[in-house]
Amino acid sequence: MAARVGIPSSLFYYVHFPMWQTFFSELGIEVVVSGQTTKNLLDAGVKEALADACVPVKLFFGHVISLKDKVDYLFVPRMVCLNRKTIYCPKFLGLPDMIRHGLSGLPPLIDVQMDNREGFAAQWKAYLQIGSIFGLGRLKILRAYIKATGSARRFKSLLLEGLSPPEAMDVLFKGGSASPAVKKRSGLVFAVLGYPYEVHDPFISVGLVNKLQKMGITVITMENLSPGKLSRANILEKKMFWTFSDIALNAAYHLFKAGTVDGIIHLTAFGCGPDSMVDKLMEISSKDYPETPFMSVTIDEHTGDAGISTRLEAFVDMVKRKKEARERLCQR
Amino acid sequence: MPKVTFPRMGESYRCFKMLMNDLGNEVIIPPRPNKKTLDHGVRHSPEFACLPLKILTGTYIETCQMGAEIIVTSGGSGPCRAGLYGQLHQKILKSIGFPVDIIVFEAPKSHPIDFIRKVNRLNAGRLSYRAVWECIKRGWEKLKYLDDAEKMTHVARPREVNRGETTRVYREVLEWIDSAYTFKEIREAGEAALDTIRAVPQDSARQILKVGIVGEIYVLLEPASNLEMEETLGNLGVEVHRSMFLTGWTRDNTVKETSEHLSVKDAARPYIPLCIGGHGQETVGHTILYSKEGYDGVVQMAPFTCIPEIVARTILTRVSREHSIPVMTFFLDEQTGKAGMSTRVEAFVDLMRRKKALFKSSGARLMVN
Repeated sequence: MAARVGIPSSLFYYVHFPMWQTFFSELGIEVVVSGQTTKNLLDAGVKEALADACVPVKLFFGHVISLKDKVDYLFVPRMVCLNRKTIYCPKFLGLPDMIRHGLSGLPPLIDVQMDNREGFAAQWKAYLQIGSIFGLGRLKILRAYIKATGSARRFKSLLLEGLSPPEAMDVLFKGGSASPAVKKRSGLVFAVLGYPYEVHDPFISVGLVNKLQKMGITVITMENLSPGKLSRANILEKKMFWTFSDIALNAAYHLFKAGTVDGIIHLTAFGCGPDSMVDKLMEISSKDYPETPFMSVTIDEHTGDAGISTRLEAFVDMVKRKKEARERLCQR
Repeated sequence: MPKVTFPRMGESYRCFKMLMNDLGNEVIIPPRPNKKTLDHGVRHSPEFACLPLKILTGTYIETCQMGAEIIVTSGGSGPCRAGLYGQLHQKILKSIGFPVDIIVFEAPKSHPIDFIRKVNRLNAGRLSYRAVWECIKRGWEKLKYLDDAEKMTHVARPREVNRGETTRVYREVLEWIDSAYTFKEIREAGEAALDTIRAVPQDSARQILKVGIVGEIYVLLEPASNLEMEETLGNLGVEVHRSMFLTGWTRDNTVKETSEHLSVKDAARPYIPLCIGGHGQETVGHTILYSKEGYDGVVQMAPFTCIPEIVARTILTRVSREHSIPVMTFFLDEQTGKAGMSTRVEAFVDLMRRKKALFKSSGARLMVN
């Protein structure tokens, strides 16, 4: 029987899952995911994790708990730095430790460190290490690794075409159609900025993206913007040193400057350390660009559906009214 | 003369004041953080920012109102938020109408040229490099005595015969060190200060508990932010050992790591193998070492939402069990009240005392070594 590896559908899932899925299945290892977030998952996580941790981390605990009895290995890699410039939030650096020492009765943890600053081909070495846990040959691992990077590349290009990560994963693995053109390009365009594990998890974001789309609004997220453009938009004297925060903040700077969206919503989790800085910097910057309305929405494990809906509707109404008023002015 | 100010961290401001004065700046002494500071800070800082950021925002606003033109602070390379404080503070202060200059010193190891350029900017008196070096050395000497005096009070306070005497003497001797200027004066004042604290009448028969304090550097070093935790513990008859002092931290971060720091990292390795920013790894390492040295307990202090300390706290649960050392954590924010904190500390001390008595009577040994 093939070994089963569990990958929690949270945090890095939305960024690296295609690569991991391809890698493991090429090695002949079965991948088990914890699937969509549910209330039970969240409750289990909240019970086990430290109260002061942020919701995404609590949720990750929940996903791990739901997986731990179903798999032979748990895949919780220690992601340190992938682009040689920025690192991840301290909670991600200590994630395997938090899981290992915070929960009991776990299967063996695969917590290979991925730090591309360590030198040439550091990423390949990390994957080689993962493969050798299962006692597989170098050549086989290399073949799987090459396929995996290809899959990661395809995933990225799908995102740049305007798909959201879950949609892109559907295209890659379930043969869904890549048709971002179907999305209506009429009406308002909003940018929802925030970390992928918050924006694309419909449970934890209380369906924020879906709600906007139902109101006829086209939503773009930071994954849809080209990395080159974003890094040019940076106006901070010192680089933001967290990868996701760097992208989110640069996306805000870029969109403010370009003025191509009708509104920017910053989605942040209660108690998120990096976001406390990012949000304030966005807020300060938004005052320089009054023509692009800006709102920040904070979520936690108690966020109610109705509250978010009301705030979104009010925001959308105001943006609409403002836009109509401006168009009327132009006509006259 | 440019008016310079800097963050306040315990008594260290006495040393920076002298240094900045020597370089030819007018110093605006940052006031001790109080209710007003915190009000300013909470109003203008991001809601979920950690307590140090809020206190610093408040301090900067207060000093700006007093006429400060340049703020000197330290940077960092992450992944702790403190590395971006300077940049964020600059933007916040600008947005509320204080266009001050913030000079952020990065670690001289990795940014040597930047470091020298910034020293030059502060060198308003145009001193030679040699003279600047002399000034820094004198400041360092003063800082060492300030730290030593504080360490001494931690030992003296729980054993004092007349309650509150150590604190009173400490306040007095700080002024002696403060007014010393030359190397010789600093040394004389420092030694006299240490002798005076040592001479506080002590009751040697008293049962003393030993508690280690770990956590985030700012809330450890600034008594106003941790509501005088060390004094509270000392008054309850607990000898405190704080894992962090400014001199130790500076040694580890500017020149090379001391062997003491390396042993802390080694101790933490089975639990946290790499530096996760801030002092998360040190918190775990120190807790393990305290347990090996036979301490009765550990108090962890961290600002609310502090990322590295949250990771450390999650792991400390297991460390506490495996090394059988009680750990109590305080997450501090602007809402923390002194009375609530004292009650928790008293209960903790009672539990430790009972545990110690129990072990003694049953003949078992608490010491691991």
